[in-house]
Amino acid sequence: MKKTRPARPDVPFDARREIAVQLSDVSFGYDRRRPVLKSIDMTIPRGKVVAIMGGSGCGKTTILRLIGGQLRPQSGKVLVAGQSVPDLDRDGLYALRRRVGMLFQFGALFTDLSVFENVAFPLREHTELPEDMVRDLVLMKLNAVGLRGTAALKPSELSGGMARRVALARATALDPMLVMYDEPFAGLDPISLGVVGQLIRRMNDALGITSVVVTHDVYESLKIVDYLYFVSEGRIVAAGTPDEVRRSQDPFVRQFVDAEPDGPVPFHYAARPLAEELSRVI
Amino acid sequence: MSSSGIARGVARGLRRVGGGTVETITRLGFASRFFIAVLYHTPGAFRRLRLTLREIYFSGVLSLVIILVSGLFVGMVLALQGVEVLERYGAQESLGIVVALSLVRELGPVVAGLLFASRAGSAVTAEIGLMKATEQIAAMEMMAVDPLARVVAPRFWGGVVSMPLLAALFSTLGVFGAYLVGVKLIGIDAGAFWGNMQAAVDFRRDIVNGVIKSVVFGMIVALIAVFEGYDAKPTAEGVSTATTRTVVGSSLMILAADFVLTVFMFRGVGL
Amino acid sequence: MNRATIDLWVGIFVTIGIAALIFLSLKVGNLLTTTNAPGYRLEARFDNVGGLKPRAPVKAAGVVVGRVESIRLDPKTYEGVVTMRINEGFNFSKDTIASVLTSGLLGEVYINLDAGGDPAMLGNGATIAKTQSAVIIEKLIGQFLFEKAAEGANK
Repeated sequence: MKKTRPARPDVPFDARREIAVQLSDVSFGYDRRRPVLKSIDMTIPRGKVVAIMGGSGCGKTTILRLIGGQLRPQSGKVLVAGQSVPDLDRDGLYALRRRVGMLFQFGALFTDLSVFENVAFPLREHTELPEDMVRDLVLMKLNAVGLRGTAALKPSELSGGMARRVALARATALDPMLVMYDEPFAGLDPISLGVVGQLIRRMNDALGITSVVVTHDVYESLKIVDYLYFVSEGRIVAAGTPDEVRRSQDPFVRQFVDAEPDGPVPFHYAARPLAEELSRVI
Repeated sequence: MSSSGIARGVARGLRRVGGGTVETITRLGFASRFFIAVLYHTPGAFRRLRLTLREIYFSGVLSLVIILVSGLFVGMVLALQGVEVLERYGAQESLGIVVALSLVRELGPVVAGLLFASRAGSAVTAEIGLMKATEQIAAMEMMAVDPLARVVAPRFWGGVVSMPLLAALFSTLGVFGAYLVGVKLIGIDAGAFWGNMQAAVDFRRDIVNGVIKSVVFGMIVALIAVFEGYDAKPTAEGVSTATTRTVVGSSLMILAADFVLTVFMFRGVGL
Repeated sequence: MNRATIDLWVGIFVTIGIAALIFLSLKVGNLLTTTNAPGYRLEARFDNVGGLKPRAPVKAAGVVVGRVESIRLDPKTYEGVVTMRINEGFNFSKDTIASVLTSGLLGEVYINLDAGGDPAMLGNGATIAKTQSAVIIEKLIGQFLFEKAAEGANK
């Protein structure tokens, strides 16, 4: 049954621009009184893999949501391929999201569809390609992540690492210009960690796309990325290439890279001194 | 307790009531906008006919067992109780009328609606809530597919289509159950049973009104179910709270709507 | 659960649902017995229509030949004017008697038509000349008591 879709205007995304994503002086808070991000400046060049690192709950995922247009910043500019994301209308947002792929934590595969149908989903929704072409594309994408044999399985039958890879195939199904990864290494065994890391790097170079990886896995990130940003308490506290980061003397970077329990990010949650608490007469 | 303490307690109580009322009204507004958005995406749901059919299966077909069995038992109990009362006036032959009118006008739509809310409504709420919790809804949005069109609207219309059919089946099984007990078991004349029933049950007044009721109840249950699922907090407690709210909310709304519709339909006011 | 199975079950479900609706309409309800069959109207005037309601049956020799359409009060003569719709194919003579009867002790109220011998038939919109009003129990009891009292006085 041929589906006809209303024609959508094409928003001019200049995918050949040198700067793929730019955040300027961006501030945001889910609750107006408590900002999650304060004056963030970030530049992500085209074709590079950039990592955003930080402790849990420091606002890394929020940055991804701002880039993808799910949230509007309270101040500042968010530019993707030259277009200001918060100013896009519904059609513009639609066009943006067709060119951007996102890999969610734990995959977020559609549990009622098979692996094949999951990867075919964006192709079927956004293109008018005939079924045999869709089939070929899906199998090629699955082959790129090494899971062509799982095409008939359901997501519930996959391991965590495999689900993550299928989600990667789905995120790159339409050959996007930008792919965002939300904690792609979370909860994986060492082998899967290596596989996912390699896939991110190789996909990026092979497809000529830009990748933004939000993670707190230092080891894997240093192996594959071109640049890192460190976020703490809503601000960027450090940035640099992997070599610069390894050599950095910044206390926050050192605590993070060396995995020290205490440092600029304190071990103890804010509380009264222990001696005072113990000696209190109830 | 000092008078200022009492005053403070009262003020706190009032603040809570006021806050709760404001929250309820805000939620009601959100629900109304949601309803309009779901209706807006209806053509999308029917273009994706496959999805809607699948939802009719999950809401309707999978509720068949409970509806059919309940209908049968309700009809049989109605017959037993009805005969006991009608015998006092020597009017057992009117059993068919009593059972048929009770079922077609009230019990069919209402009881089927309550059962549907518990079985299918809670399932839809849990499904959508879990999809939200595992970020499947967000993933769909990021792939520029509107989850309202693809996930919510098909489930809504699946419920609306299933309800009248289930209510009709409930009433049919109920009449059949009453027939089994009244005619076969107790010995009322079959001709009187069916004949009196046919003379008393009017197509336009009783059956059509019953169908209208079941459609309205179907919309109520389907809307509350999808809304609570979509609005659920993405945690285990959130989904559990949402399913409870679906069942309780749908049931209360069905009974309230039943009252309003019955007033209009059967007391000669308006319709 | 593949597509073919789902389609099959949904098809079965919708079929039995519609079948149930048809069953209710025909066997439980009165869909076919009171269709908008072609027919004509007759009027009748009563001193008292009793418990007669619109859509009550009109019977001749116990067979339903039509329905009561409307009942109103004539403001000048204070009679109850009943408009009936008689199905096509039943013709009644001009000297037909229309009476308001009750079927059984607690049954429904209906109009009974007793046809006479007049060769001329009632046409569309005609008024039945001879009518017998409903029996009101209270008047009957009052009459009975009055007769009993008169009997006792005469002795």
